[in-house]
Amino acid sequence: MKLKQLSLFLQNEPGALTAPCRLLAHAGVNLITLSLADTQQFGILRLIVRDWEAAQRLLEQNGYLAKLTDVVAVEVEDKPGGLVNILTVLEQGGINVEYVYAFTLKHGNRGVLVFRFTDPDAAIRQLQSAQVRVLDAEELARRLEA
Amino acid sequence: MDFLPLEQLRQIQLTRLQVIVRRAYDRVPLFHRRMKERGPNPDDLRTLADLARLPFTVKTDLRDAYPFGLFASPLQEIVRFHASSGTTGKPIVVAYTKEDVDDWARAMVRSFSACGVHNGDIVQNAYGYGLFTGGLGAHYGAEALGASVIPISGGNTERQIMVLKDFGVTVICCTPSYFLHLVERGSELGVNFHDLPLRIGVFGAEPWTESMRRRIEELSGIKAYDIYGLSEIVGPGVAMECQHQSGPHLFEDMFYPEIIDPDTGTPLPDGQEGELVITTLCKRAMPMIRYRTRDITSLVATPCACGRTLRRISRISRRSDDMLIIRGVNLFPSQIETALLAVEGTLPHYQIIVDRQQGLDTLEVQVEVTPEFFSDMVGGLEKLQGKLSHAIESVTGLRATIRLVAPRTLQRSEGKAKRVIDRRQM
Repeated sequence: MKLKQLSLFLQNEPGALTAPCRLLAHAGVNLITLSLADTQQFGILRLIVRDWEAAQRLLEQNGYLAKLTDVVAVEVEDKPGGLVNILTVLEQGGINVEYVYAFTLKHGNRGVLVFRFTDPDAAIRQLQSAQVRVLDAEELARRLEA
Repeated sequence: MDFLPLEQLRQIQLTRLQVIVRRAYDRVPLFHRRMKERGPNPDDLRTLADLARLPFTVKTDLRDAYPFGLFASPLQEIVRFHASSGTTGKPIVVAYTKEDVDDWARAMVRSFSACGVHNGDIVQNAYGYGLFTGGLGAHYGAEALGASVIPISGGNTERQIMVLKDFGVTVICCTPSYFLHLVERGSELGVNFHDLPLRIGVFGAEPWTESMRRRIEELSGIKAYDIYGLSEIVGPGVAMECQHQSGPHLFEDMFYPEIIDPDTGTPLPDGQEGELVITTLCKRAMPMIRYRTRDITSLVATPCACGRTLRRISRISRRSDDMLIIRGVNLFPSQIETALLAVEGTLPHYQIIVDRQQGLDTLEVQVEVTPEFFSDMVGGLEKLQGKLSHAIESVTGLRATIRLVAPRTLQRSEGKAKRVIDRRQM
């Protein structure tokens, strides 16, 4: 049920974001979604792509530090309180969230969020037991093509 | 002693040299062995020129002898230890007998007197007190001179400025970069140094320049004097400028200077630039024979307007090894390596960047992030920064800014990484 996320270390300076994105663009890699964490000194670019293995290889060959992390895609109702419902479930299960960002993807009145949990397996169990839909890579791919 | 006719000075130097070389030979195994193997017998020293036949002593000799291996006096006669930072965590230890401490105070009295400090002056001593020789060295000298000493030590800038103002301080001792910092902080606090009774700054423990002297004097209205010294020889008070500010006069009757070619070890004549080598002529507890200071300078023998017959050293332009002096603290790039290695297990690519901001030396260490230590969370990387910074501080005593940089971004040239970038405008 987990997704693979690629994390890149970037220096906080002009052009630092452009270079790896250009590299992926030239190789025809489409970014499903991304998030950028930044401090004054450095940034961490987090990417979800379909063929993460090829993307990682490409980035590493070009000198980037690209690390794989397990994240979880969670379906959320696109209405006020939709996120709160998910967070409540997680809170009840004592699940720790490291960070969260969103997919641009929408399915009916439902959006999808990317969660990085301290313990992703426990989080998936907790969410599923509360009937919250967790999307795996295949489901995500199917929705992208739809 | 400062104004002796040259002939008499040279005679005193020779007599003292013969005694000290004999003492070193008889009492210190390292000197005994070296002279036996390579050098002449102490009895062969008939002229000052014969000194050039003796082997050199280098910093690593002191480190290898840690802690007491080079002492020429029994521990019962040692009344003081000092130590300076070493490259591998072990410091370099120096020791003094009662007579040595008195001699040192005398050298400092001569230093203060040379630049116009006298009894009745109020001396704020902002050199660090402790194992570093600066604090206690200046303290004993100023006290022996009859000045009123404020042993404030280093740091706490605002308190320094308050005391300067409220105590009516007339003389300050500190590093020149710290004094500039005091002046700048003072102006932010509304304290104009031109309005203070402060007239003299005794500045040392780090290299500085004529342009820095001009800047200090313009900004504060005081006279800035250059003092030279090093722990291995005694501490501050090896050489000091007179009121003509034409370079520090070496107290040659106590510290015999030579200039050598740093590559070949050949002695060079006065006026020619090379590495300063000093032999202590009075030290009992720890005599130094031909100690290589690594400071590149020249000996100036032309007469000084003050009338002192003591030769002067010209501005120290650089050092012949890779040692950096940051905020008065000796730093070797290898110490940074030790710290990085301790945290990461393997040595990451790194670069040391030294700069000077608002008169204070800054130390930044850029470290390439390795796959092992890369975290996709900001907190994880900040934790790594904290660990590296802590490790560097515990090894070097210096606080460094850690900047994490992407892999392969630090310059590597001719296979050898450029480890140090010193941007200080000297």
